Amino acid sequence: MKDVRIVSRRFGTPNSHTLESALADGAYMRLKEAFAMGPEAIVARVDASGLRGKGGGGAPAGSKWKLMPREDPRPSYLAVNCDESEPGTFKDRQIISKDPHLLIEGIILTCFAIGAHHGYIYIRGEYAPFQKILQRAVDEAYAAGYLGATVDGFDYPLDITIHRGAGAYICGEKSAMLESLEGKRGHPRLKPKQKEPEWYFSNPTLVNNVETIATVPFIVYEGPEAYRAFGTEQSPGTLLFAMSGHVERPGVYEAEFGTPMLEYIEHFGGGVRGGRKLKAVIPGGASTKVLTAEEAAQTTLDYETLRAMRSSLGTGGMIVMDETTDMVAALKNLLEFYRHESCGQCTPCREGTGWSDALLQRVLEGRGSAKDLDTLLELAETMNGKTICVFAPAVADVITGFLTKFRSEFEARTAG
Amino acid sequence: MSFAFHDQTLEKIAALRERYPQPQALVLPLLWLAQEQEGWLKPGVFEAVAALAETAPMEVYRVATFYTMFHLEPVGTYHIQVCKTLSCKLCGQAEILEALKAKLGIGVGETTGDGRFTLSEVECLGACGSGPMLQVNETNHENLTVEKLERILEGLA
Repeated sequence: MKDVRIVSRRFGTPNSHTLESALADGAYMRLKEAFAMGPEAIVARVDASGLRGKGGGGAPAGSKWKLMPREDPRPSYLAVNCDESEPGTFKDRQIISKDPHLLIEGIILTCFAIGAHHGYIYIRGEYAPFQKILQRAVDEAYAAGYLGATVDGFDYPLDITIHRGAGAYICGEKSAMLESLEGKRGHPRLKPKQKEPEWYFSNPTLVNNVETIATVPFIVYEGPEAYRAFGTEQSPGTLLFAMSGHVERPGVYEAEFGTPMLEYIEHFGGGVRGGRKLKAVIPGGASTKVLTAEEAAQTTLDYETLRAMRSSLGTGGMIVMDETTDMVAALKNLLEFYRHESCGQCTPCREGTGWSDALLQRVLEGRGSAKDLDTLLELAETMNGKTICVFAPAVADVITGFLTKFRSEFEARTAG
Repeated sequence: MSFAFHDQTLEKIAALRERYPQPQALVLPLLWLAQEQEGWLKPGVFEAVAALAETAPMEVYRVATFYTMFHLEPVGTYHIQVCKTLSCKLCGQAEILEALKAKLGIGVGETTGDGRFTLSEVECLGACGSGPMLQVNETNHENLTVEKLERILEGLA
């Protein structure tokens, strides 16, 4: 298995978060090359690299960047999504605490490429310990002249502002994040028919995940082909995959796309804890459809393969479950999460998450019937494709995944 | 008795205002500053925030009620927030929670009589590889065991 370190290269270095350490490893040293290239060339590199968004959606970054206007009287903005709240996902926190200057350099390059002079980092409120480290790095960058009126002497004013969230998973949805950044409730926005830029107070805005932006320096400096040397044709490059749950060595380990899932779990994770038997894997954060152990054995970690299996790669945060796992209790745990986190604006989601959690509570307590299981599947159907954002379709996937693939466990809990 | 931002904070706020296209963006930062100053969003906060963010107090209240981390009532000196989501649950969260309830003598959502500890269960805190875990105010305690809990609570003078 190739040991690839594109964004995690410096994670093991002592004091890697400091400017001194980052400079010693080459941070900010090649900015001049990028400025000489010009904004269009940088966008072209990112587009050619096939970089896909690493916040869970996997949409091509280049396509989003190309939507940003070049001739517009309004200011453009970059908003970096550090709301990381998908259960099983803990990778962006590694970047901001272990190599914040990599993120800052990525923000500089991205803002220059899209003509933005202000980058916001929207960080979830619960990440206060890591926000301190990130803020210190931003302050260091200002003091050293990499931010402010000029960037390393180059005539391009640039500011970075860290904006703290306050506890709302839905603010990881990019339009809800922008609503929150505008000082409002995090209600996702309706999606336009044609692709257009996001907006922040009516100004064109690019939203990208922390890891996506942290990958930009590599692509700009080493070129798109260097990124495509890893991964697959449709899923080029690497991801900070993660494992948690019933695995010997849970954690975040960068790997190239296309790595077989069980090999990844074995090589980096030491396999299922205590040598037990694998039962199920949630492949990419809670909102991706659960895989049986047999399915996991056929899975490679890339967008197209998971899609073909009617699941999704999501954030690449694998939740590993062994034979001791009560799948009814596991689904209950997740449904409580979704009930808590529904923003409430769409009826199928607001009512569906509450109702499905209540139904499963009955089943868990032994008061449910086989009809309740059918109702759960109906609820999943009601929540699929009829709401403003993809939160509800994710809940639908979660319900159908557990109920159809582990049906016997649920039936055993019902009265009949 | 009414709330007012400290002078140094008002200076911070003025500088912060420069960083946003419109003052409404200040709502979350100001709510955080008010909560850091007072411990919770006490009466007078919504009016003060609304004035600076150029919006209505009821709008600020509406926003505050959406987010889980804003306290509309006082909390204990130490807010213990235990992650309850799947990965932590799979790795022994239930035992940790029961031990905490026993040691503190309170249930989830309650505050000890002396006002020192409030116990909450919260959703995924992004430490899935090092669960079970909890947050005390803004400090993480990860890879928890029942033994570690003892030391953590002792450390909170």
